[in-house]
Order: sequence, then C-alpha cells, then structure tokens
Amino acid sequence: MYAFEYHRPASVKQAADLASQFEDSKFLAGGHTLLPTMKLRLAAPANLVDLGQIAELRGIERSGSTVTIGAMMKHAEVANSGDIRSSIPALAEMAELIGDPHVRNRGTIGGSIANNDPSADYPAACLALNATIVTDRRKIAADDFFQGIFSTALDEGELITRVAFQTPKQAAYAKFRNPASRYALVGVFVARHADGVRVAVTGAGSNGVFRVPEMEAALNLSFTPEALDGISVSTDAMNSDIHADAAYRAHLVGVMARRAVQAAASRS
Amino acid sequence: MSATGIGAPVRRKEDQRFVTGQGRYVDDFNRPGQAYAYFLRSPHAHAAIRSIDVSQAKAMPGVLAVFTGDDLAADRIGGLICGWMIHSKDGTPMKAGPHPALAQGKVRYVGDHVAVVIAETLAQAKDAAEAIAVDYDVLPAVVDTAQATKASVQVHDVSPDNTVFNWHLGNKDETDAAFARAKHVTKIDLINNRLVPNPIEPRAALGEYDPGTDNYTLYTTSQNPHVARLVLSAFIGVAPEHKLRVIAPDVGGGFGSKIFIYAEETVCVWAAKKVKRPVKWTSDRSEAFLSDAHGRDHVTHAEMATDENGKIIGLKVHTIANLGAYLSTFSSSVPTYLYAPLLSGQYDIPAIYCEVDGVYTNTAPVDAYRGAGRPEATFVIERLVEKTARELGQDPAEFRRKNYITQFPHATPVIMTYDTGDYAASLDKALELADYRNFQARKQDSARRGKLRGIGFSSYIEACGIAPSQAVGSLGAGVGLWESAEVRVNPTGSVEVLTGSHSHGQGHETTFAQLVSDRLGIPIDQVSIVHGDTDKVQFGMGTYGSRSGAVGMSAIAKALDKVIAKGKKVAAHVLEASEGDVEFKDGRFGIAGTDRSLAFGEVALQAYIAHKFSGQELEPGLKEGAFYDPTNFTFPAGVHICEVEIDPETGVAKIERWTAVDDFGVIINPMIVEGQVHGGIAQGVGQALLEGAVYDQNGQLVTASFNDYCMPRAIDLPSFQVGMTVTPCPSNPLGIKGCGEAGAIAAPPAVINAITDALGHEDIAMPATPQAIWRAAQKARMPMAAE
Repeated sequence: MYAFEYHRPASVKQAADLASQFEDSKFLAGGHTLLPTMKLRLAAPANLVDLGQIAELRGIERSGSTVTIGAMMKHAEVANSGDIRSSIPALAEMAELIGDPHVRNRGTIGGSIANNDPSADYPAACLALNATIVTDRRKIAADDFFQGIFSTALDEGELITRVAFQTPKQAAYAKFRNPASRYALVGVFVARHADGVRVAVTGAGSNGVFRVPEMEAALNLSFTPEALDGISVSTDAMNSDIHADAAYRAHLVGVMARRAVQAAASRS
Repeated sequence: MSATGIGAPVRRKEDQRFVTGQGRYVDDFNRPGQAYAYFLRSPHAHAAIRSIDVSQAKAMPGVLAVFTGDDLAADRIGGLICGWMIHSKDGTPMKAGPHPALAQGKVRYVGDHVAVVIAETLAQAKDAAEAIAVDYDVLPAVVDTAQATKASVQVHDVSPDNTVFNWHLGNKDETDAAFARAKHVTKIDLINNRLVPNPIEPRAALGEYDPGTDNYTLYTTSQNPHVARLVLSAFIGVAPEHKLRVIAPDVGGGFGSKIFIYAEETVCVWAAKKVKRPVKWTSDRSEAFLSDAHGRDHVTHAEMATDENGKIIGLKVHTIANLGAYLSTFSSSVPTYLYAPLLSGQYDIPAIYCEVDGVYTNTAPVDAYRGAGRPEATFVIERLVEKTARELGQDPAEFRRKNYITQFPHATPVIMTYDTGDYAASLDKALELADYRNFQARKQDSARRGKLRGIGFSSYIEACGIAPSQAVGSLGAGVGLWESAEVRVNPTGSVEVLTGSHSHGQGHETTFAQLVSDRLGIPIDQVSIVHGDTDKVQFGMGTYGSRSGAVGMSAIAKALDKVIAKGKKVAAHVLEASEGDVEFKDGRFGIAGTDRSLAFGEVALQAYIAHKFSGQELEPGLKEGAFYDPTNFTFPAGVHICEVEIDPETGVAKIERWTAVDDFGVIINPMIVEGQVHGGIAQGVGQALLEGAVYDQNGQLVTASFNDYCMPRAIDLPSFQVGMTVTPCPSNPLGIKGCGEAGAIAAPPAVINAITDALGHEDIAMPATPQAIWRAAQKARMPMAAE
C-alpha cells in the first residue's frame, strides 16, 4: 500500500465536494475490492473518501411496491432486515449468500453496484428487480446502469445514494459459488413482476451481468422450470477460467435458472 | 490411568495462551533498532539477468542497504542445500544445480529472490525495491511435469535434460516375471496434484547481531531450529554454530513447509551484521504462495498384476516427480525413499519395481508436505487396488482383505519391515461404523433423487517415527534422525523437559507433560515443556514425519528412566536402605514391604541439598539427558471409507459420510489424536476436491491467492466417524506409532474411489472440482462412445 490522504465526510455534499476537489480520489464503501488492490500496490489513489459516517446513505424504506436501500447498508443488514425479508425475501437471501460473515458485515450494496464486478451478486438483483439506482445527481434504471465488467453509467465523482427495488410477485436467486472465492461462478436472479418476468445472470458473462430475453419470454408464458427446457445461452458470451470454462458456465446458467424458477414458483 | 497420564483426554495446556491471543510468534518479536527486509522477486519464470542497477534504490528515503547475489558471493555465503543424496540407477549422484539465496545471473521461477532492500520501514523498503532496475533476458519456461525432460528449455547447466535423477527401487526381473505369469493386469495413469501448504502463520525471520559478543540470533518460523542452525553455519556459513542462537517460538502451523532452510532467514542473519541492525522479514500471503516449498506434483503410470485366485503378485510404478526450480532441503528424499518403500501398502505383494524420475521445472521448489511421499504412494496403491477389484468384479473390501499382510514382522520387497498390525480388525470396524451393508439401499435412495452415490476405500499404511539413523544414512540422508531430551528436576519437585522436538500445533506441551505426569506421578501443572531455542535445548532434529511421539517422547521416557534410577539412589540414602530395595511407584520412592517412603518432590529436594550422602558416593542434583535413536520406522495403518453423493447436474460432490479407523499404537491423548485425524482428513479432502496449484505455460502461478486456490472449509466436510484399533508398536518404549499425517495420507484415494464408484468410470483427476465431475458425469452417460 502506498501512502494516501484519508477523508471522512459527514454528508453526501461534503463527499461530492471532496471528490471534485481531488482529482485522484476514490470513494471507500466497504473496500473489499479497493483495499486489497491498494495493498498489492495495484491501485494507488492519493485520496480516499470514506463514506462510512454519512447518515443519509443509510436506512431501508418500504413505500408501496418499492423497497429503497441506502447505499452504505451492509450485506448483513440487508440479509437481516425484516422489511426486506417480508417484501422481497429473495433479496435478503441473496445478501446472505455474499462472501462470508466478515464480508457481509463490511461490504455495502452501493460499493458492490458501483464496482460492478462481473461475479458480484447485487447486479443480478438490480436487473431482475428492475431497480433504480439513485445518485447525488440523477436516477438511473438498472437496465442502463451496468455497462460491462467494472463499468457503469456513473460519471466521475458521481455517488450512489440509494437503490430502489421493485417488489416482485415471486422471486428467487440461485447461486453457484466459485469454490475458492465464494463469488458467483453463475448466479441467476429470477423475478416475476406484474409486468413480466425478468431473468438476470451474473458471474457467467464475459461482459458482466445480463438478462436472458428467451428465458423471460418462455417464463411469461409459463412460470415453471420446464418452460426453460431447450433454452440455452450461447457459450460465446461466457467467461472462461480455471474454475469453469464457457461450456460449463453456459450449462450452469440453465441449471441455476431452473432452480431459481422452482424456488420462486413455490413461494406464496 | 490417571486424570493427566497416558491415555487421558487432557485439555491442551497451550491453548490458554493461543485462544486468548497471548501466543508469541516471530512477527510478535521486535528488537531495538529493528529494520525491515523486503525481497525483490522475479516476475519471470525463467530469465537471465543481464544487470541489476541498485543505485537509485540505495538513495531512496530510509534505505540502509540494497544487496544482490554478488554481495553474498563476496562474503563467501554459500548456497542453500539439499540434505539427502540420491543416486541414479547408473550410480551417478543427483544433479544438484546451484541454489544461491539471492539470484546470481539467472532467475528460475516466479518469486525467485533477486535482491533485498533493508530499510527503516517496510513501506520504504518496498518503495526502494520498485526503484531497482533489473535488465532481464526473458527465456522460455518449462512448467509441465510430464514434459520436463523433453523440453528445449534447460533450468540448470548441470542437467541438460532437466533430469535430477533416474532412481529406482525393487526388483525389476522378479516383477517382470510376475507380470508374465499374471492372469490379469490393471493399469492406471495418475496425477498427484501440486499443493500450496498455507499454514495460517506465514514464514518470518528476524536476524540480530551483537558486535560486543560476536553472537547472532535468528528468530524464525522453524519446525527444527537446530537443523536450521546446523545448515546456516556448517553449509551456508552465515555464522559459526556456537555463535548462532536460533529461536523458533510459537509457530502457527508448518505441514512440512517450515522444515526447510530458505533464502530469507539466511539473508536476515547475514544482513543484520552488514547493517548493524536487527533485520525482520515477514512473508505476506502472496509471497507465501510463490515461495513456500510446494507439495506433491507427481505424474504416474502404474500396473498391478493378479493371479487366477485374485491375489496380487506384482506391482510396477513409474513416476515423474516435479522438484521445481531448485532442490529444497529434503526434496530429493520425498519422491524416493519416503515414497516407493510404501508402495506395498497393507498388501502381501511379492514383487515390486518402482522407477522415479526427478525433474527440474521453472516452478517453486517442491518438498515435504504433510505425509511427504506417503500420500503419493497411498494414492497409487489404493487407486490401483480399487480399480483391480472393480475389473475383477470383486467387492473392494473383500479384495483388500484377501491380499492383506497377516503375519508379522513382514519384509516387503521395497526395504520396509512392518513390525505389527491387524489390518482386518480395522477393516471390520470401519465396515461396521460405515454401515457398509446398507450402502446399496442408500445408493438407490440417491438414484431416486437423481443423484449418484459412491463409496470409496483407503486401506492405508505409512512409515512414521522417522527414523533409524544408520538406516537413513545408508540411503543418503545427511543427518541422523534420533531425538534428544533432558529432564531437569527442580528442588521443589517441579520438572522442566527440554526437547528437540518442536510444537507448531501438535500440542506437545500437553502430551509430553502427560508422559512425565504418568511416569513421575506428579501433577501435569508441575511440568514445563521447553522447546524451540538452541540456547536452551542442546540439540534436536525437530518435528516432521509424525516423529515427535515415537522418537521425541521415547527420548523423554529414556531420560525419565534415568531420573528415576538416580532418585532411587538418593532415596536409598535418605531411607537408609539398600538401593536394590527401593521401588518407585505412584510417585513415591519406598522400601518394599515397609511403610517407609518418600514423595518424588522430597527426593528431589534431598538430591539438591545433599545432606544425606557425600559427593564422593553420589553426585548431587537431579537432571538427566538422553538421546534416542529408533530401531525401525513405525507403521500406523487404518481404513478410511468415504461416501459421496454427486449432483450430476452441477457436478457438486458432497461427502455424506466419513469413517476413519486408525491404528496408531498406544495413544497419549485421544482428544488430540482425534484432532490430528480430523485436520489430516480435511487436508486430504482439500487435495482430492478443492486444492491445486496451477501454473500457466509461462510459469506464472495462476492460483496465487485464496481467490483462486481453494482451501477446505467446514462446509466441505461431514462429521467424521473416528474409531481406533490398537496394536502397540514393539520398537519403541511407549508403543507409539504416530498420527500426524494419517488423515492426509488416507483421504485422497478414499474420495476419488468414492467418486469413480459413483460415476462408474475411472476418468477423473484431482482436484475433482464440480466442473471436472460434471464433465466426467457427462461422459458416464454417453454409451461407450470412446470404446
């Protein structure tokens, strides 16, 4: 790790001001990617703006068919939230599958989404639950937000403040973990909304999280695992590494999608 | 059995400090004026060094010195050594290339040591290392074990085809003859995957030099501090043996990787004198992945011959063993004398022939890792026995039973003479605990749920209690493998035991104290175990090869016998009796047939005040030492049974049941033994299902962090069913065989035999990851497409 200046703003405005004041700055929102990268001297921001003390970035609210989560809410807080467990249990279950207890008590939803790691879980939830990403400047639909691995619609210095999820009728997340890292080798989030089914896949795609229109169409006709028979994703767009090559990942997308539909359909 | 004697499940004395964070590891020591070392490591697997420019680095803030291999050479510091000479079939000695502590002209693996920066802070040392300009001429790398001798790349000048040795053991003609008359021959090709040891505490070294006394001190993460001192002084030459104190304090796991003498501790001791400051180096996890000696890495073809009665009559094995870029301290012994002598397993096999080709590659050095050669041998024999039974259509348990050795002592065709054992007893108990008779019903139940269930056996044997010095000397070892102990009885009757064994997780402070409590009849809290400091313990060979019980405790037992004998002399004077009439029983010296007796502590006091005898008759004091050299290896053996259920859709194999029945001889502390069994199985399951060090073709370590290198977690393991059988070891005074490595040795073939049983074919390698099993399950479904 190289030396850096540490800042701890108390408000979103202060955080944004610091980010604009220092060109070479990074927001710290859990730090599970940033800090190890800095320790390995692969990243060296001159200024670190810690978002951990900003009260307006916290909280969970239910309003009508929307659940809004503050950007600095930790995975464990989402997993254990009564509001989320009762409204979107699949989201709480997803949060409980992230990493290990240490990770879940430090990592945040905003940090995860802003980083857009191709194997992170939250991006799949955002796409499937038709989320709106709220920043200090605007609102961005999840469909427009994720723009390839480690790439998002966020502008320089733009800060995620909240994430608003659309409550589905039924939903489930099926995750196949990377045995070593516990990231998603393949994770499929299936959500059945009043206006249609959304299927989002993380971990598998070489361009990051993606939706599967063929599966969504089939599930709109029949929300059953069998509806997915014969539908496969192309191996061309799949990641390949020592843990899973493209063919295995493509296969797992089908398996996890069926399991997610099975679980979602069995919810009352 | 007393509450703290031999056989009692005494809670570990040392855990009080470990679980309250009061352990003192090397990195916890800080010396006045301490500076920090950072090693610049090679980013290339293979490169010639055209030049190293350290001028800019030397001018960086806080930098005390920057050293390269030239500086070590100028001070006549020798290279790292391999302490076991292996001769090839043709009688020529192994080809040992130079192993400088800092590279001289060439780097040979990613992580190889290029230069060291000594600075006021670690961050300053790292900054300066970035300013060192190394001009590399990058060369192609050889990585693949099986292809190493055919590569155009040459790792060391001494070995044009990268061969270290072509070694063999056994009788080729007799084995060929057995195969010629065989009714059936079973063939198998196996890879024993490369592993990274990963103890929780990474390696560390803190060197210090006192110019007033000309004394050196090294705090280091070592399993054998005296061996480290011997090698550093007599071979590498950084300090004279009598001027060098090596301290190995609390050490957080070793698994073999802390036996060896590495570049870093060598440089820290030497540099401490150069910069006139204590110099500390603590490995981070990334460095540990790159530079700790790895384990295993064999490619093997093996064949087993059986006769018309289903009896094994011959075994042929050819193994290529990857030794990495340099020969580490004991590397040459691992795939040779710690491997081939175990190939007979628990079976009566009249003819065995094994060839081993040791090879160099541009990868980290490979050396002993929990089991060291014996897991590799057990994997070969137990996979082959299982496959043979399947090909012959026989029950794998009964096929084993039919071929078990039943008469002892039994001389195998590969050196070893097994002293005792009852293999069928362990098998019977394991079959019972595993509920083998109802396995088919469980398999059908799994099938109804779309799952594949399999059962796998591992009827393992290992050689521990390393080792009779004359025997290993005749096989090429550079050292004797006895152990020493000193028992110091204090005037108050408390006891200090100084042992040459070293505890880095084994619980010696408890088990060794149990022996003392048992023999002297004193409470366990009256006993202190002292280890890990060459200024306190006179000499010792350290802890590895499950030797501390069988060899280390035998030395203590021998010294305790001397203490008791001396105590009888003292007691005779005090009680005014003849020495021959004094008995020692239940902690008291008494006169047979009378009520006159003295407690152990009273005799200790009398020995020191020396009022009841003259110094001419008897020396005052009560302190005795002993060296114990074993007469044979010990042979722990047992049967492990693994039951897996595979989800063919995902390839996930879940271990549903694990049964372990082990014969470790006499057990000192059953709780600690069970812990060793649990940990060993976890490591073996790790090798079978999860762990594998992968280098790409350029020699970059792909699995260089826990993000990609998968360690076993609790969730990967079932609750173990552990049982014991006991045949006391006849060759040591305590009847101990050793238990530290058994699980890691037994587990891999049990897992793979279970998986291949579930799949219905043999084509799966370790680690059997979900991806690999899924692919193998696809193959199982295809109707003999390849036939």
